Amino acid sequence: MKIVVTVKQVPDPNSNLTLEADKSISREKEVVLDPGDECGVEEALQLKEAHGGEVILVSMGPERARDAIRKGLSMGADRGVLITDSELAGADALLTARALAAAIKSEEPDLVISATESYDGSTGMVPPMLAELLGFPQLTFAKKVEISGSTAKVHRQTADGYQVVEASTPALITVTAAIAEPRYASLKGIMAARSKEIKQLTLGDLGVEKNEPAETIEGVTDAETRKAGEVIEDDGTAVDKIVAVLAEAKVL
Amino acid sequence: MASILVYAELSQGKVATTSLELMTKARELGDVYAVALGAGAKAAAATLGKHGAKVVHVNEDPAFDDYIAEPATDALASLYEKEKPDLIMFGFTSDSREVAGRLAARLGSGLISNASDVVAKDGGFVAKVPYFGGAKVASMKANGKPAIVLVRPKSFEVSEKGGTAEVKELDAAVADGSKRAHVTERVVEASEKVKLEDARVVISGGRGMGGPQNFPLLDELASALGGAVGASRAVVDAGWVPYSMQVGQTGKSVRPGVYIAVGISGAMQHTVGMKTSKIIIAINKDAEAPIMKMADLGVVGDALKIVPALTAAVKAKKHG
Repeated sequence: MKIVVTVKQVPDPNSNLTLEADKSISREKEVVLDPGDECGVEEALQLKEAHGGEVILVSMGPERARDAIRKGLSMGADRGVLITDSELAGADALLTARALAAAIKSEEPDLVISATESYDGSTGMVPPMLAELLGFPQLTFAKKVEISGSTAKVHRQTADGYQVVEASTPALITVTAAIAEPRYASLKGIMAARSKEIKQLTLGDLGVEKNEPAETIEGVTDAETRKAGEVIEDDGTAVDKIVAVLAEAKVL
Repeated sequence: MASILVYAELSQGKVATTSLELMTKARELGDVYAVALGAGAKAAAATLGKHGAKVVHVNEDPAFDDYIAEPATDALASLYEKEKPDLIMFGFTSDSREVAGRLAARLGSGLISNASDVVAKDGGFVAKVPYFGGAKVASMKANGKPAIVLVRPKSFEVSEKGGTAEVKELDAAVADGSKRAHVTERVVEASEKVKLEDARVVISGGRGMGGPQNFPLLDELASALGGAVGASRAVVDAGWVPYSMQVGQTGKSVRPGVYIAVGISGAMQHTVGMKTSKIIIAINKDAEAPIMKMADLGVVGDALKIVPALTAAVKAKKHG
């Protein structure tokens, strides 16, 4: 079974964001493999262990996104593909999906695994676009994946429980963080990853032309912020204070 | 006048609240058309009419409920070709974003997601989108034809306008080729007494709760107050509690009378889903946590001691 996992390098979720002069979000800080993608890589490795095959990581980003791919390779993925092109700076979801689709198509995978959403953008729009462009069905919000023959079956998380959803492969699956606890890369894995292939592609290599971006940022203003209220140390009277606020708000 | 198409999401045959919120805004922006697919679509048309839809396109083929995204994408793509709306509005919900994503890729139009507002400008549309983790708001001009915008739940108030929609059967037989991601079983796990989105009091827990074993403390407080329990993404990702409890950008948006954040630092991903609550109370051991800067009352202390004491005090006051 050939499994492609889409991976993204994101600002470390534990560090603060800063803005560039052009008002895009600065990428010039600590960057890591998206924690959601680590779960996707883990699930792919487990499927490979159970069914055999190959795990290929596909990413779009600047040159240094190789580090994110390398992280996944050190966990055990077989090889990587990095789409990098100055034309892709500030790419919208559709251009991102088009570039990824072009690179993934030539791999002819049985499965594509993506995180439900990235940690930095958190909008989850690329996976359904990617499924559409690849012509694949989408099995989404999976917290469990089972493969039997050419059928993929997932437990799709819903607001009040889950649905069992199945489709024939090839298919695209989005996974939640509940899917699998990512493994730590072993020293052996880290050493092995150094010699694994990361193929680098440009938009020209993929035959993808830029589309007009879906949006143009006209301006950025500060969000309305709430004023800070009273902050008290709990000296034993905090509970009375909270009860008073609840009573005033007429919920008690 | 601009024509606006609202994708009305149905949940157990009823129009989702988020879709009715969209109707309020759509009325301001132009002539409103809606599309409702699957079981209950015809009955939904009456509700949508009351909320301002002039025409509702309906199709009750069960395939819309039984197969993920693709049948709805086909129906919307064919409706777009016929009606050429200027703007298609979706709720930023898990079901809608899957359809919107496929549609935007098929039409080549792209989309704007996670918007908190849409305004008409120069014959087009500008979406307001929380940016930079929610600390800022970007005004994004929609370039796509059609413009496709996904709007966060709770961005607008539901309001009826009165009126009756013309119901049009949407002639869109679902192709077999689109019957692929098949929902074969539906399992209900959560037996929420009070729905998170509708609760007048929401008590949410984060990493500061120490572990899943301590969440029953929040349940007890919630039941004393007649409220519901939510959670931060961090503890949902850690597997402490189910996703159905997640409040935030990629979880639920809530707007209760009182929101009590317990052991939650207040990352933007979370606050975007609760910052319009009327009163916010934060309990956290860190006085410098961002949540303290937006709370009406911030209590610095040990949540595991304060919460049970608060539950006891609430019970005493109710019975006293």
